[in-house]
Amino acid sequence: MEALLFYTFAAIMVISSLMVILRKNPIHSALFLIVTFFCLGGVFLLLNAQFIAAIQVIVYAGAIMVLFLFVIMLLNVEREVASPSGHGWQKFWAFILSVVIGFSLISVMRATVFTGHQGTFTPETVNAVGNSEIIGRLLFTDFLLPFEITSILLLAAIIGAVILSKKKL
Amino acid sequence: MVPISHYLILSVILFCIGMWGVFTRKNAIVIFMCIELMLNAANLAFIAFSRQLNSVDGQIFVFFVMTVAAAEAAVGLGIIIALYRNRETINVDDVNLMKW
Repeated sequence: MEALLFYTFAAIMVISSLMVILRKNPIHSALFLIVTFFCLGGVFLLLNAQFIAAIQVIVYAGAIMVLFLFVIMLLNVEREVASPSGHGWQKFWAFILSVVIGFSLISVMRATVFTGHQGTFTPETVNAVGNSEIIGRLLFTDFLLPFEITSILLLAAIIGAVILSKKKL
Repeated sequence: MVPISHYLILSVILFCIGMWGVFTRKNAIVIFMCIELMLNAANLAFIAFSRQLNSVDGQIFVFFVMTVAAAEAAVGLGIIIALYRNRETINVDDVNLMKW
């Protein structure tokens, strides 16, 4: 059952991400990216990361992509026309480079035996308490410093966004 | 039970598709969307390892990656809007003042 769901999500995700980069209309690219993010949330659920799956759908597909769509609509972006200066060589070598890097990384993934220091949070112990509660507990004890620094980072992002939208920079 | 290498291969495929999009597209917003796709591919790798190693640290890190990506999206789109306001274009081929 898990295998069937995973391969379905993976197929939809790969096809949607290919559509993201192949469609000329940026609105279509954004909508296919939303489909990709929903399928990614499903894969996170399969990996027993319920909190991250919910956050993925709420924040990524629900806030960031809506922001993208608003900006695309505000800027009234046209369809991408073919460039007159002939970027054929760049597109060719980009495809070759991506395929080469992809094949080399995939061969590494297939050949490696993944071991490491096993932690204590087996799926049974996590599901006994609740995934969100464990993440909350860790965020406020072990990972408190990154959590507080993230709040400063968000403050900097807010100030940056407000400054960038002024009439005279 | 799907082996972890399948999840990682999916992450690599998504990353390479995003990378291909960054190299190929000319619209600044679509390039930004492909960067978000690459970030999500890395998130998938983190969560896959978090399940493999029976640890929650991977999910905590994905939480922070998502926060950084949200902040970056806000500021980056602000930059793109400011660019459009000054240059009337978001085609990255036309923004070549610093080209030699």
